[in-house]
Amino acid sequence: MNRFSIAAGPVDVAPLRARLLHERAGAFAAFEGWVRNHNDGRPVAGLRYEAYVALAEAEGERIVREALERFGALDACCVHRVGDLAIGELAVWVGVSAAHRDVAFDTCRWIIDEVKSRVPIWKHERYLDGQADWLHPRQTHPAGSGD
Amino acid sequence: MMVRVTLLYFASLRDAAGAASETLESDASDLAALYAETRLRHGFALPSEHLRVAVDGAFAAWTDAVRDGTEIAFIPPVSGG
Repeated sequence: MNRFSIAAGPVDVAPLRARLLHERAGAFAAFEGWVRNHNDGRPVAGLRYEAYVALAEAEGERIVREALERFGALDACCVHRVGDLAIGELAVWVGVSAAHRDVAFDTCRWIIDEVKSRVPIWKHERYLDGQADWLHPRQTHPAGSGD
Repeated sequence: MMVRVTLLYFASLRDAAGAASETLESDASDLAALYAETRLRHGFALPSEHLRVAVDGAFAAWTDAVRDGTEIAFIPPVSGG
């Protein structure tokens, strides 16, 4: 089964957590990204995520695989929403199982950071004042990516 | 040499282009030159240094040649998570 997927509808996290259960696991760490009602001091009414799905899923799989190799966790998976999301909705979920908590925390943190910098997903924010805009943060691309 | 390619646009680039994709013929020497042509035509604000480029669903280099029949995506800075 894929370890990274793009979801067009609400995400049920219970089966995601269940698939990471492992007899050798003594730790599980998860990260949930939620839609908040403000960004950069501006009140946000809601947002839409758009992805280049084929490339996002390929890059997401690569990130999770790299994370498992790098930190030695037992398993991990990540789901990212696309479409229209309301305040408070789950936008992204990362879960990691590992023998010990340090590895679970480190792997989880690394995955969400890499997803945010590498996976072709874009956020379109709608503000309470009626304006809306795409977020295109300036960033440096991680070394070694793009090939 | 003229090649025929499909361009995919996302986020602010799609808004500026007014379409999610288009098919066109180009004799651009590489992907950077193709983006420069396209940027001029659609008035994209972002320079190529801020973007990445993908060919047929895989990240590519701006110096890669433009190959006939390929699907090329210009990737604006991402903001998932």
